[in-house]
Amino acid sequence: MNVLRSGTQAVRIEQDVVLARQTARKLAVEAGLRLVDQTKLVTAASELARNTVVYGRGGDMDWEILEEERRKGLRLTFRDQGPGIADMKLAMTDGWTSGGGLGLGLTGAKRLVDDFSVESAPGQGTRVMICKWT
Amino acid sequence: MTALSQQTIDATRKNESQLLASWQANLDASGASRDSRINHAEFETQTRDFLRLLLAGTNNGDSANIAASEWSDVRAFLDGLSRSRALQGFDSHTTANFIFSLKRPLFELVHTQYASNPTELGSQLWAVTELLDALGMYTVRAFQKSREEVIARQQEELLELSTPVVKLWDGVLALPMIGTLDSQRTQVVMESLLQRIVETGAEIAIIDITGVPTVDTLVAQHLLKTVTAIRLMGADAIISGVRPQIAQTIVHLGLDLQGIVTKANLADALALALKRAGLTVTKAT
Amino acid sequence: MERIPILRMGDFLLVTIQVDMHDELAMTLQDDLSDRISKTSARGVLIDISALDMVDSFIGRMIGTISGLSRIMDAQTVVVGMQPAVAITLVELGLTLPGVITALNVERGMSLLRERVQSE
Repeated sequence: MNVLRSGTQAVRIEQDVVLARQTARKLAVEAGLRLVDQTKLVTAASELARNTVVYGRGGDMDWEILEEERRKGLRLTFRDQGPGIADMKLAMTDGWTSGGGLGLGLTGAKRLVDDFSVESAPGQGTRVMICKWT
Repeated sequence: MTALSQQTIDATRKNESQLLASWQANLDASGASRDSRINHAEFETQTRDFLRLLLAGTNNGDSANIAASEWSDVRAFLDGLSRSRALQGFDSHTTANFIFSLKRPLFELVHTQYASNPTELGSQLWAVTELLDALGMYTVRAFQKSREEVIARQQEELLELSTPVVKLWDGVLALPMIGTLDSQRTQVVMESLLQRIVETGAEIAIIDITGVPTVDTLVAQHLLKTVTAIRLMGADAIISGVRPQIAQTIVHLGLDLQGIVTKANLADALALALKRAGLTVTKAT
Repeated sequence: MERIPILRMGDFLLVTIQVDMHDELAMTLQDDLSDRISKTSARGVLIDISALDMVDSFIGRMIGTISGLSRIMDAQTVVVGMQPAVAITLVELGLTLPGVITALNVERGMSLLRERVQSE
């Protein structure tokens, strides 16, 4: 697996959520994802960016355009230094929310992408990785 | 890995025509050269070319390492051979047998060369075995790769063929689904139907599954998702052609079809669609 | 402050969302709309989202809330023009917007609103 291009973007305030998904769209087009897959990835990015701002008290989005054998992909990693997730099993339950949302952020994002991983511990912040392939 | 000795290589070169004859006799005996898909002259050319390349390979390179650049001509030959065999519809066994049937003639040659030296005989037999096994395995792998390419291409062609969205009436689209549905195909079908709804402004889409032999959980869920997506876009969906076995499967799987209109056949679905559009069909007198 | 315009057409209100909305803008729209429904006694609200290339759970929830709010205030809401890719994504996300009335385009949405209001 090769990394063709990579970068980082700040996700601190609410307006950054919009910027994060605009970046995600641009990169998804560059990686050659189909329209439906672009939309799924951008939507997942929007959910996770909002989590980073609202629950993680702000953080960063790392992006990488990947190449592997005959396919290309876009990988996004959302990092924050917030309070972290105490109960991962509960956080990955549809409809459960610690804030005022619908509880579809993490689980919904997972359903929209090909690869998904989340690392978190109380007080250690949260790191969510998503990837979509052509 | 043991390498071929210079004595073996020289003997092989000296006995090239004899080797070729007994190799071809071996292939004849196995019936491989009498296959109607390949003519005898072509077979002879292939055996001759291969033996020549093999000799060049053993002469220039290390027989214990066929991945080295000295063996690139041999590898290219085997790539081409495997590809043409795969396209002609041969199986992997017959393809690999091309190499393995050379074993016996080579063994016999080594035997006569080292009749008085059992230690050297053993090591050279081993070297020949290793070389031919490596080449045989290479052939099988190349064959496999060609077959996979053929399958991948056919899958793509099938995918393109399998999404005919047809207009039944002004404002009524139909998608006749045929064959086993995997999730990738269902996804492509679903997207092209939704796209056509936007393009034509059709308010009713009929998904006909008469030609679908079985429905599993994943496909059933895809169907339900399609129907929901169509509703979100502001159109309606009817599923027709639900055969009794499929209806049973859906009930057994515990899937909820509530709020989804189903009809026994495409004609009933069209009748409903026309009714919803405020149209009636009467017999001209 | 940035605001999404709300147009009045007779008994109906028309909103065309053309910008990539951040959350605060969506909340403002929700408040503005309920305000206008009560001030104008509108009988229907038409929200055109054909220009949106993405609807996440936040915007989805806003659409659901507006639809519910307007119903309580005796107005019907119709959401029109959702793109196929957006619809597929929403379903995959798990957001099916039950109770929200939809139509293919503004024209269909308008006639749907007229029918509904007349039949009451």
